[in-house]
Amino acid sequence: MAKQIIEITMPQLAESLVSATIERWLKEPGDSIDMYEPICELITDKVNAELPSTVRGKLVKHLVGVGETVGIGAAICLVEVEATGATDNVANPVIQQSEAAEQPSSPSTSRPQLAGAGSGGATIDANAPMRNRYSPAVQKLAADNGIDLNRVPGTGEGGRITRKDVLAAVAAGAATFGTSSNGVASIPVSAPMDPKTQVRSSGMHLSESPRIPSVETQAQEAPGRGEYFIDITPVRNTIATKMRQSVSEIPHGWMMIEVDVTDLVLLRNKLKGEFQNREGINLTYMPFLIKAAVNAIKDYPIMNSVWAVDKIIVKRDINISLSVGTEDSVVTPVIRNADQKNIAGIAHEIDDLARRTREKKLKLDDIQGGTFTVNNTGSFGSILTQPIINYPQAAILTFESIVKRPVVINDMIGVRSMVNLCLSLDHRILDGVICGRFLQRVKENLESYNSDTKLY
Amino acid sequence: MPVIEYIDAIRLAMKEEMERDNDVFVLGEDVGLKGGVFGTTKGLQLQFGDQRVIDAPLAESAIAGAAIGAAMAGMKPIAEMQYSDFMFPATNQIISEAAKIRYRSNNDWDCPIVIRAPIGGGVFGGLYHSQCTESVFFGTPGLKIVAPATAYDAKGLLKAAIRDPDPVIFFENKKCYRLISDDVPDDDYIVPIGKANVMREGSDITVIGYSMPLHFAMQAAEELSQEHGIEAHILDLRTIQPLDREGILEAVAKTGKVLIVHEDNKTGGVGAEVAAIIAEELLYELDAPIRRLCGPDVPAMPINPPGEKHYLLNKEKLKAAMLELAKY
Repeated sequence: MAKQIIEITMPQLAESLVSATIERWLKEPGDSIDMYEPICELITDKVNAELPSTVRGKLVKHLVGVGETVGIGAAICLVEVEATGATDNVANPVIQQSEAAEQPSSPSTSRPQLAGAGSGGATIDANAPMRNRYSPAVQKLAADNGIDLNRVPGTGEGGRITRKDVLAAVAAGAATFGTSSNGVASIPVSAPMDPKTQVRSSGMHLSESPRIPSVETQAQEAPGRGEYFIDITPVRNTIATKMRQSVSEIPHGWMMIEVDVTDLVLLRNKLKGEFQNREGINLTYMPFLIKAAVNAIKDYPIMNSVWAVDKIIVKRDINISLSVGTEDSVVTPVIRNADQKNIAGIAHEIDDLARRTREKKLKLDDIQGGTFTVNNTGSFGSILTQPIINYPQAAILTFESIVKRPVVINDMIGVRSMVNLCLSLDHRILDGVICGRFLQRVKENLESYNSDTKLY
Repeated sequence: MPVIEYIDAIRLAMKEEMERDNDVFVLGEDVGLKGGVFGTTKGLQLQFGDQRVIDAPLAESAIAGAAIGAAMAGMKPIAEMQYSDFMFPATNQIISEAAKIRYRSNNDWDCPIVIRAPIGGGVFGGLYHSQCTESVFFGTPGLKIVAPATAYDAKGLLKAAIRDPDPVIFFENKKCYRLISDDVPDDDYIVPIGKANVMREGSDITVIGYSMPLHFAMQAAEELSQEHGIEAHILDLRTIQPLDREGILEAVAKTGKVLIVHEDNKTGGVGAEVAAIIAEELLYELDAPIRRLCGPDVPAMPINPPGEKHYLLNKEKLKAAMLELAKY
């Protein structure tokens, strides 16, 4: 009975793996192997696994020693199998491989017979590495003479179609190598792409500078189509870049806590009229929240940090980025050294930043240097959000709508003003315990506001 | 037609021009009594006297400077630099004075000098006797530079250089002196400056070069023709400034595959400019990347024989590069 030696190769154990290490051989040379029987144990970056045999036969030789790391597709051992058709498609017979390796080594000898290559039954190896690399001369000649390059055999290095191959094809006649049945000299199938055409593989092309919309944002109605285009503005582009960077780089964790702000509501209602008269601005809940958050950050400084791969950078300054939305964008101006400001001071900063955002008068300085972001999502009526971290910060906190709800206190039901705080966190830096404590501290701070709280 | 050596062709050109024109004279180190260290000017002083074949002091700047002054005063000097390696003290005279005087004086003055300088290695001469210095002068507008590979071209180009109204640097290859000999007609002929010459017709690859390496290319081409059926098209630039653009483009368009060779080191060499011309003008005729085979970018030719052999081009290196390009 015919015997055949075949190679067992390292399989692709997981999508991103490029190599694996042999931990232990389970089969020694001379051992017989059954189909799917483990032949060795493998260690990879992702998994440790047994490698099942893809054939039935006898192990002849280990090609890779214990502890050695080999690339995907590399042969690791030789197995002797009976030469039946069934196994051929599972692994590559060694003999066939060596034949294939000899094939490309003969271009020098085949060269003098170039002219005959066109008319004869020359085979075309569509998978040769240089097969589809057309030089300018080849493309020009093919286009000028209406030659279909897909039908021209390549005699150059790596199966490349040379200028002489095309000339030979031209000599052999368009009947053999012409581009199409109607005989018109048209562009070859694999014509070069117009270099001006943007190639977009996915999503927005974020590397190019955004086009500034000419007059208005909505334009370019494509006639007869159910869609229209909006040019990407520079600010939209920045938002997109930052959001994508944040989502793709930072593993987001998410938490939520419920806070009873009944006393805060009372406090604000008591002070807002006087505050408006005295300061000329509206007193919102935001300064109270920011103050509560800042005080909690002081207790848990790790919330105010940046991931730097080999270290975590903890910022001493607490600069609060404030999400301010406009009709078509969102920006995050910064309240600097928020820990050194009282509630009234923060209220003034918020008012100033919000006003200047709406008037588009923010300076570059106003939006840089933030260390922690607070977002007042409650202003849209939302009670739950999953914010995206303001890259490269470590966390973002949202303040949802305050709603009156029946709440059980001391086994009695009362109507209380409740609010949800949501926190997205960089899980490389922060874990549930520290964030739970942080949220708990914010909650305590918010709930400890009462009618005696001073704004100044 | 007599077959004569490259060095004799150079001497004959000077002799005939001195006989033809009394304004032509030679000056340089040891050119008179000794007849030159290589024997290039042998017999000239005997024939023309020491007023027309002048033994100069060991000062290249003075040789070039005196020649430039004489040329501006109406003479036709041939200034010999004993080795092109010794030419650098004279570069200021050549580049700042000779090359620019016509332009600077708005045509009031001209400078019809010829500066002869032997280039090339392979003579176990080490760093002061082997350099190819053409890239130092190449790219200086106002200078013409020729570098013949054959005895025929050496004689014809030197005569053309002597008769040229502007400064011409004549780079003769010292390895060619006794190694190369070919048919040189007796009659008075010149080889026009600025015209390249097809040394060999072929359809598979184009080799472009100048001076000594072309002979390796010719030998390699013969072997490739017999062993592999590869026919190389070989172009001798002959003049490296100004380059024969049409000649280059025509030769490249023949095959679409071009190998540029010179003994001077690769970076910033003449080959770079030839490659640039091809890239600018002939993209759609190219069937392979433009290749260059040149000396390595090391400061000087090594004096030890294995190092010199490693540095220099030879038939085997040419053959391998040509075969690789042909297969591409």
